[in-house]
Amino acid sequence: MSIFINEKTPIIVQGITGRIGSFHAEEMIEYGSNVVGGVTPGKGGQTHLDRPIFNTVAEAVAETGAEASIVFVPPAYAADGIMEAAEAGIKYCVSITDGIPVHDMVRVKRYMNTLEADKRMILTGPNCAGTISPGKAMLGIMPGHIYQQGNVGVIGRSGTLGYEAAAQMKELGIGISTSVGIGGDPINGSSFREILEHFEQDDETHAVMIIGEIGGPQEAEAAEFFKEHMSKPMAAYIAGLSAPKGRRMGHAGAIVNSSGESAAEKVELLRAAGIKVAPTPSDMGTTMAALLNGK
Amino acid sequence: MNIHEYQAKQLLAKFGVPIPKGGIAHSKDEAIYQANELGGDKWVIKAQIHSGARGKAGGVKLCSSHQEIEEMCGKLLGEKLATIQTGPEGKLVSSVYVEEPSAIAKELYFSIIMDRASQYVTLIASTEGGMNIEEVAAETPEKIITVSIDPAVGLQAFQARQLAFGLNLPTEALNVATRTVMNCYQAFVQSDANLLEVNPLVLTEDNHIVALDAKMTFDENAMYRQAAVAELRDTTQEDPRETNASQHDLSYVGLEGNIGCMINGAGLAMATMDMIQHAGGEPANFLDIGGGASPERVATAIEAVLADDTVEAILINIFAGINRCDWVAQGIVDLLAKREIDMPLVVRLSGTNVEEGQRILRESNTSVITAETLADAAEKVVAAWKQATGK
Repeated sequence: MSIFINEKTPIIVQGITGRIGSFHAEEMIEYGSNVVGGVTPGKGGQTHLDRPIFNTVAEAVAETGAEASIVFVPPAYAADGIMEAAEAGIKYCVSITDGIPVHDMVRVKRYMNTLEADKRMILTGPNCAGTISPGKAMLGIMPGHIYQQGNVGVIGRSGTLGYEAAAQMKELGIGISTSVGIGGDPINGSSFREILEHFEQDDETHAVMIIGEIGGPQEAEAAEFFKEHMSKPMAAYIAGLSAPKGRRMGHAGAIVNSSGESAAEKVELLRAAGIKVAPTPSDMGTTMAALLNGK
Repeated sequence: MNIHEYQAKQLLAKFGVPIPKGGIAHSKDEAIYQANELGGDKWVIKAQIHSGARGKAGGVKLCSSHQEIEEMCGKLLGEKLATIQTGPEGKLVSSVYVEEPSAIAKELYFSIIMDRASQYVTLIASTEGGMNIEEVAAETPEKIITVSIDPAVGLQAFQARQLAFGLNLPTEALNVATRTVMNCYQAFVQSDANLLEVNPLVLTEDNHIVALDAKMTFDENAMYRQAAVAELRDTTQEDPRETNASQHDLSYVGLEGNIGCMINGAGLAMATMDMIQHAGGEPANFLDIGGGASPERVATAIEAVLADDTVEAILINIFAGINRCDWVAQGIVDLLAKREIDMPLVVRLSGTNVEEGQRILRESNTSVITAETLADAAEKVVAAWKQATGK
């Protein structure tokens, strides 16, 4: 098993005919992802990359049985695209789009919560690199070849820092069950804690690495969840030890506004919970290796 | 995005939030004109910079004569004002706000935030006006009232009343306080704000409510649909390095150190800054070039780093996914063919097309120092910087 996606998961691409959507849809197909179609309003009935295009997500789901979706829709329309996927019965959705207004995301979360719990879509992102179950399926924009298949679950707010972790682990012969990007926005689809629940249940995942950064309460929630509910060992890295307070570091959500949000405070909380924290970003691989060796 | 106090007040006033009468002035003459327009014999002069804590820094004064107004304007206008929030370098005062004084009976605290824990817009109020709300929350949490707003239905009057009653206001002030809270919420939601802070919100001696100070920040991602708000941006309040970079659509934050950075991805950029510090250096900036950067964009980004004359060494760290290492290398080589860079330049490339990128750098016969890993890159740039500067 892996979480959220595997080689069989039927996937649709929202915004498949756009330049970026088209490029990454092709990369995903090449990686082996089961892309069954795309959605571009007004282009229904056409084909693109040998896949059928639909006007609405509901039609795409009815015709192809799609279970997962990836959203490349531009920021002004992305929230609408995500809600459409949720309503249409998509089970897992990744939103790559960077720059969605935060008030729109509040509405998205509220809308998703109106759906019955067992039918509620899981959303990761926006502003992320996506999710990959190495060797099985890629639902994202990452370079697939740097990921080795294995038994470590990875969750990260940053895309490129996730690549860094994957490459360091591969160098040491450590593989990944699934790597999930939760994105750099202040309000996102799923938190570290919500993804941890899935990794805790996944037989193929033996340990977890979380890659956090300054700003927001989610690393603290992850530490709490680890302490109370997790049986699997966990490592972490927090970016932004050198970031000054009150300055936004690129990601809309990477800003220290109040106490508990700095990297140093988060590192302290994670360590106190029993999580092994990499002292520098170049130690992510070795920290995971030590954790797996029971050191 | 931040705006000035007077801009926040004018915006709030459009939504029906009561503010003291006042006017903006860019010169002594304008300040006197505004004082005459207001009438009376006392006026508050407030320096307009993007910072709180202006009063303690000498940026706010109650004046009783035109001469005092002129003196205050002479002291402030065209000068930099440093507060605990701006740091020692301060910010340029190019205007002052001239306001009628308020007869204060009680100072209260009121703010609206986008709460990341509940993921709802949340209202916060306290009887402890004028104080740092984080300190109040830490020391006397019982004095903080919070209300979370369901975005599907918006703020309801009973919730606004709940806040107003919690502030122990006299009966005569309850209606106007409730309306003020509701109007602030409308201003917040309709202008895509991230933060609205009225500290203090004042109960006057005749039981009126006024916003005596106002701070608002906005979601930059929403500025495409907030043209009127976007126009309130004042680039004189920003780091000129950042204004320059933002003209090229680069995500840049100016810092205090000497090692300039160019990285792809915000997380990797922060991590690289951490690595530089770990290796004994200090980063001069955060710079994320984003994805799919062309050789031209790479050259432009390096130019933005070089525009900062405190930079004494440069580190380029790229882990290419949707970027291409060959394009990054080409951008570096093209720039070096055009201009000399008389400081150490360390480049680490990884990911998509890395072999091609490394070949381009190798065959360029430039003095670029290459590195294999993140740690290697940070150590090399700090060592080269120390050697070049003798620090």
